[in-house]
Amino acid sequence: MLTIDNLHARVAGKDILKGLSLEVRPGEVHAIMGPNGAGKSTLGNVLSGREGYEVTEGSVLFEGRNLLELEPEERAAAGVFLAFQYPVEIPGVNNTYFLRAAFNAQRKARGEAELDSMQFLKLVREKLKVMQLSPELLNRAVNEGFSGGEKKRNEIFQMALLEPKLAILDETDSGLDIDALKQVAEGVNALRSPERSFIVVTHYQRLLDYIVPDFVHVLAGGRIVESGDRSLALKLEEHGYAWVAEHGEPAGASA
Amino acid sequence: MSQPARTPFVAALAGAPLPASGIAWLDEARRGNLEAFVAAGLPDTRVEAWKYTALRALAQRGFAAGDAQAASRPIDPALLALPGAGAPALVFVNGVFRQDLSLPDALPAGVSLQPLSGVLERDPEPLRFALARYYREAGDAFARLNAAFAGDGVVLRVEAGVRVAAPLRLVFVGAGAEGDLAWHVRNLVELGEDAELTLVEQHLGAGEQGHLGTQLGDFALHAGAKLHHAVLQQAGTGSSLFRRSHYRLDARAQAHLHALELGGALARHDLCAELVGDGAAFHTHGAFLPNGRQHMDTQLAIHHRAHDTVSSSTWRGVAGGRGRGVFRGAIVVAAGADGSDATLANKNLLLSPQAEIDTKPELEIYADEVKAAHGATVGQLDERALFYLRSRGIPGAQAHALLTAAFARVPFESLSHEALRNHVEQLLLAQLPG
Ligand SMILES: Nc1ncnc2c1ncn2[C@@H]1O[C@H](COP(=O)(O)OP(=O)(O)OP(=O)(O)O)[C@@H](O)[C@H]1O
Ligand SMILES: [Mg+2]
Repeated sequence: MLTIDNLHARVAGKDILKGLSLEVRPGEVHAIMGPNGAGKSTLGNVLSGREGYEVTEGSVLFEGRNLLELEPEERAAAGVFLAFQYPVEIPGVNNTYFLRAAFNAQRKARGEAELDSMQFLKLVREKLKVMQLSPELLNRAVNEGFSGGEKKRNEIFQMALLEPKLAILDETDSGLDIDALKQVAEGVNALRSPERSFIVVTHYQRLLDYIVPDFVHVLAGGRIVESGDRSLALKLEEHGYAWVAEHGEPAGASA
Repeated sequence: MSQPARTPFVAALAGAPLPASGIAWLDEARRGNLEAFVAAGLPDTRVEAWKYTALRALAQRGFAAGDAQAASRPIDPALLALPGAGAPALVFVNGVFRQDLSLPDALPAGVSLQPLSGVLERDPEPLRFALARYYREAGDAFARLNAAFAGDGVVLRVEAGVRVAAPLRLVFVGAGAEGDLAWHVRNLVELGEDAELTLVEQHLGAGEQGHLGTQLGDFALHAGAKLHHAVLQQAGTGSSLFRRSHYRLDARAQAHLHALELGGALARHDLCAELVGDGAAFHTHGAFLPNGRQHMDTQLAIHHRAHDTVSSSTWRGVAGGRGRGVFRGAIVVAAGADGSDATLANKNLLLSPQAEIDTKPELEIYADEVKAAHGATVGQLDERALFYLRSRGIPGAQAHALLTAAFARVPFESLSHEALRNHVEQLLLAQLPG
């Protein structure tokens, strides 16, 4: 589904990703952990097409297409979704209006019929049952005045509604209380399917108790330096990232 | 002493016949104002109030005085429709009242609404104070022209204690003619004690034209009166429109103005409010959206002259293309106007590198215990918000339009009339690229 090969990316004149490779197959859940400033959010931004993130080397294929030459909205329509580490407040844009505009824009881009406001509200109500988001938040401006946890839930709610093929969750667990964490994890698990893949960026192995990953990777210095199964997260929790530096050799070298 | 050569603008109007009224004081005031206009011509940019709005190009154009065919110009009724806001009460075409297009709903008792032309024929005396004025300031060219030539307009009075719920709609249309012409309207609105009124004022364009329009409006609010005034300026794209509004608020009177400036090649609005009674409140909310080569200039001057007076001004500017916006917001708190509270905020958005907005908040305070805050900014769309929308599948152009509309919409969130608010929303979305 997603093949990242030797990806180099530069932000504000600084090289951040330095030869990152990753293969995500349909239905898989990959967790990415790594120290602050390692380039985890940069990876999410590059994959979703944010301006200012310049790819200097390497390639990204998504379902056989060159993802890097698509506009952000084209990537969304193709099925890529990024749950932001810091969702943006957009005063003056009603949340429901925004959701329908996004939903219909994607359908239109895929040549599917758009939903009218009645049909769309019906869908929203169904998704709300699954996602436990206060309906009141839908009548407000996008993320405006939302608490940190509400913003994260809103991201997952959008994901549930847009049903992407590949969802990248950037620290969606940060700032969530224990109940919210479980609800978000349930929301993600409800969407897991043999066709849908996830990249879950997190600092805490606790999230991985709820969203059980197929693979765990360590991103440090702009590369994947260690990959393993669930147990890697436990080792990291116990020993910290210094352990990777001592113990592991760069993943690129062994591949 | 040698006079400067007359510009084509002045020359075309200098010799034009004034409307004949048969009223000695009015004829005299008209002559006097025309003489003053001819002597001074148009202000140049050395006049502070015209610093950012150059009239050089306008001065080189000649406009015929008035439209002899105004009464018979065909107007598509669809142009005059405004969903949810009733039929237009009075319609003026090129400055002339059009009975055939005006459909005043049965006016409630205590409301008198007449075209100025009719009042001048029947009972002009009560208007003498307002119409026999001379305009003496350096920048008064358009007020002088208006005082000299305006033969029509709106005369509206709401008796004390009368509250009118349904909005009253006034429509001013600039309609294509054989050549470019100058038209003028003079409006006089008075709300008696504790009266309440919602007024919708629209400026529209019909057909290709490059007319000059001027409007002079006086709004007198007696103690406790409440005026909701919405202005939708959609003048024809080639036209020049100069409006000047004066509001006078007695004790506890309240005015809420919502103004949307969309039309005209050159549109200027001078708005002066005098809060002369204790506890008077004046709230303005507006947006100007110059695009293409449009030039829009809004000049606010709010004078706090009594105790505990309140004013707030929320204005947004959005300039695209080679559009130019000018905003001046002056608040003057006079000596003795203790306890006044004044806020003014003007935020602006530039959508293109050639667009320009000049904004200037001014605050002069001569009283004690005054609360005042003002600020102005000019910026671009938030790149992070743009990316957020696009990352959800919304195409770039649509995301731009959405964010811009959201920005420009802010002043109208307080517009209580729902149909009007929706209409404004539609106008904003239609105006913006994408
Ligand atoms: N737009 C930008 N301008 C300048 N520097 C940037 C920008 N985006 C990222 N960086 C820099 O790139 C590096 C990687 O940032 P990134 O946000 O990808 O880290 P991260 O792994 O997500 O960290 P964290 O765990 O703290 O979220 C950091 O040094 C950061 O300062
Ligand atoms: Mg990050």
